[in-house]
Amino acid sequence: MSTPVARSVPAAISAVLARDRWALAGTVTVVVIALAAIFADVLTALEGHDPYTYDSSALDVNTGLPAGPFGGVSGDHWFGVEPLTGRDLFAIVVHGARTSFLIGLAATLVSIGLGVLVGAAAGYLGGWVDRVVTWSADVFLGFPYLVFMIALGAVVPAEFPRVLLLVVVIGFFGWPSTARVVRAQVLTLKERNFVKAARVLGASPWQVFRTELLPNLWGPVLVMATLSVPGKIGLEAALSFLGVGVLPPTPSWGRSISAAIDWVGVDPMYLIFPGVALFAVTWGFNALGDGLRDALDPRWGGNR
Amino acid sequence: MKNLKFALTRLGGMVLVLLIVAFCTFVVFYLVPSDPALLACGKPCTPENLALAREFMGFDEPWWRQFLTFLGGIFAGRTFGTGVTAIHCSAPCFGYSFRQNADVLELIGDRLPVTFSLAVGAAVLWVGLGVAIGVHAALRKDTWFDRAALAGSVIGVSAPVYLVGLLGILVLGFQLNVVPVGNYTAFTEDPVRWAWGLVLPWCVLAFAHGAHYVKLTRSQMLETMSEDFIRTARAKGVPERTVVGKHALRNVLLPVVTLTGIEFGSLLGGAVITERVFSLPGLGGLLIEAVHGRDLATLLGCTLFAGFLVVVANAVVDLSYGLLDPRARLT
Repeated sequence: MSTPVARSVPAAISAVLARDRWALAGTVTVVVIALAAIFADVLTALEGHDPYTYDSSALDVNTGLPAGPFGGVSGDHWFGVEPLTGRDLFAIVVHGARTSFLIGLAATLVSIGLGVLVGAAAGYLGGWVDRVVTWSADVFLGFPYLVFMIALGAVVPAEFPRVLLLVVVIGFFGWPSTARVVRAQVLTLKERNFVKAARVLGASPWQVFRTELLPNLWGPVLVMATLSVPGKIGLEAALSFLGVGVLPPTPSWGRSISAAIDWVGVDPMYLIFPGVALFAVTWGFNALGDGLRDALDPRWGGNR
Repeated sequence: MKNLKFALTRLGGMVLVLLIVAFCTFVVFYLVPSDPALLACGKPCTPENLALAREFMGFDEPWWRQFLTFLGGIFAGRTFGTGVTAIHCSAPCFGYSFRQNADVLELIGDRLPVTFSLAVGAAVLWVGLGVAIGVHAALRKDTWFDRAALAGSVIGVSAPVYLVGLLGILVLGFQLNVVPVGNYTAFTEDPVRWAWGLVLPWCVLAFAHGAHYVKLTRSQMLETMSEDFIRTARAKGVPERTVVGKHALRNVLLPVVTLTGIEFGSLLGGAVITERVFSLPGLGGLLIEAVHGRDLATLLGCTLFAGFLVVVANAVVDLSYGLLDPRARLT
């Protein structure tokens, strides 16, 4: 049997970035927005505004629209201001990036972690564990999770920290697809000699998982994680868009876009800035993930 | 006989999944501290009135009894209260909304045509266009058409539906004034205005969802066209049209059918967002109203209905697999 992947994960990443300019552009986009999220406080201090303070002086008194052209874009307000409140849109967008990244990355960690553990257990142990996992994955994939999350947002009391709720719920519903892929990988790895040898030498399933299986799973896991982050960021934005995600005043791109609906005819910039940020992050992660998949999974090579 | 057994097992599995969805939703909704009776009992709410409201709505029983009553209502209908004030919800009763004073199933039935119009029209567009563009892009690999299709699909995959929708409204609706924004006419009333009012939502949904089909069809087509049976077909002189349209397309359609099924199953979730953007009075609107009014009965009904859609879509996918691929026929 041929061994498909001979490349280590860091080597693959650098190879992708050197060869695939779309993946490189995606990575740069993600890194720039990630830096903006990390240094949100510094950036907004530099600009001189925060995302919470109302400022009626930046508004047109009669209409409630931002004063000045392009939604009030100026040296003082880099992205202009929010209509009706006069809050600084740049501050809202960079702090919104923080919300998006926090929820997107944490939820991915939860779903990938669960998926890898459950999928590896199903593939390696087999038997009833495998049957239970496969069956619950089927049930989960039949679960109307978006409707359920919307409904959940309505009934969970406001005291419960929203960010935590979103991370847990979004993360929890994401495990089945990861588990399926990992299970399939482990089923083939299980038949390889180094795993058999470890088992014959008396290694416990946990030891086999840690020292034999996991190192060989990093590649697909990394691809899945990269490709699942934008979906999770998008889900948070969608839930906030519908009013059942992050609660105000915590900035969120989805909520800003939702609020922009009422203003889209008169102040399109209010839609454009958070909208472009959301699009850029999603595209960046997708481009990087596609590149990684091409590099780590030879079956996909040459199709681009 | 074999087919009957297969159908019955399949049906049993579907019912089981729905039961699990109902159970999970029920447990989560009713264990979370929020009291529908408190919302219904009016102000000032005396403890006696509250107890009365609870008894009327059936919330005075332990949760598992309530769940069994709910399940019983689906088959036998149920009656809330007694005497003149009694409210009867006939079978199949998927709950009664005391917020809106209506049978949940009727509420869903009222809104379904809107969501259905939206989804079916868009799906026809996105599957048709997506597959057609994907096939042509694969056949003309590395030409400008292929590159444009790829670039378009990359944008479509990454742009959220509501963003594309709002930009569409902004450009086509407000700036150019070519399509109407935000009015829905029932098909039975005026089919032309029905279609015209839905043109923009259809196109937006088709763009966002079709992108996945372009990518999927293209890569699948490239893979299929390099396989041996295609070479054989060509070698024995089968016309290229037949090679592509019959031999190759059959293989390409398998994953497309799966994807369509999955997307149709999640239709209700997606509809919530699209309907909010285009202010369409569909099921999504019902769900959002229920969220804001803390209408647990309607929420439960909508979740169950969404689960029903997923399960049915999965079953249809399995069946059409058998039609497309004789190897997958029920054995």
